[in-house]
Amino acid sequence: MASGVKPRVKAPKKAAAGEIVTIKTLISHKMESGQRKNKDGSPIPRSIINRFTCDFNGKNVIDIEMAPAISTNPYFQFDAMIPEAGDMVFTWHDDDGDVYSTTKSIAIG
Amino acid sequence: MEFSRRDTLVLGLGAAVATVLPFRAFAAADEAIAAFTGGAEMGAGGITLTAPEIAENGNTVPISVSAAGAASIIVLASGNPTPEVATFNFGELAGSQDAATRMRLAGTQDVIAIAKMADGSFVKASSTVKVTIGGCGG
Repeated sequence: MASGVKPRVKAPKKAAAGEIVTIKTLISHKMESGQRKNKDGSPIPRSIINRFTCDFNGKNVIDIEMAPAISTNPYFQFDAMIPEAGDMVFTWHDDDGDVYSTTKSIAIG
Repeated sequence: MEFSRRDTLVLGLGAAVATVLPFRAFAAADEAIAAFTGGAEMGAGGITLTAPEIAENGNTVPISVSAAGAASIIVLASGNPTPEVATFNFGELAGSQDAATRMRLAGTQDVIAIAKMADGSFVKASSTVKVTIGGCGG
């Protein structure tokens, strides 16, 4: 599942120092649970994103461990505190070892 | 109406099956809870789990959890083939101990959220979700 994975993040471009902002993330991924069977009746192997992390200037905001019960195209919404201007790094870890990441810069203003 | 010996036997069997089946489904969830809490007592209150009462499509059920002062929150689906859903660990820059996601539910069941507070105590909330079409691809 290395192809067609596209992370999307909605974060504000600007925030006041110390402001709490809401972040929304979505990544396109099949999240094959390992429970489904194909036409021959053999199980389709599990292939999911098992971990998501969000860090701001090297400090952790949230770290989520995921199980197969998370829906296709995993969506998360959470709040982050913005103490200063910087980069917010979002990382998704796939079962097959791939790591998808994206960065959003947030300015103070 | 008189019960024959055979009727009584069938009734008894049915009752036994009815009590054993839900117990099996919950055993896996209980293990997952024990793994998270280490067998500690769980309080109530201080945690909010928002889930729909009726979910038409079990493939995407929106849920949100909130527990002020929590270090981490685990979400479990007691009736799924594997009860674990997600564990939210809040870091030092978390603006609040709130998170929302979308999950799969195999059928009508209880969704459980347990928060581990900063002081090491645990609180629990649960919500029953009715599912019209299950989300495990049967």
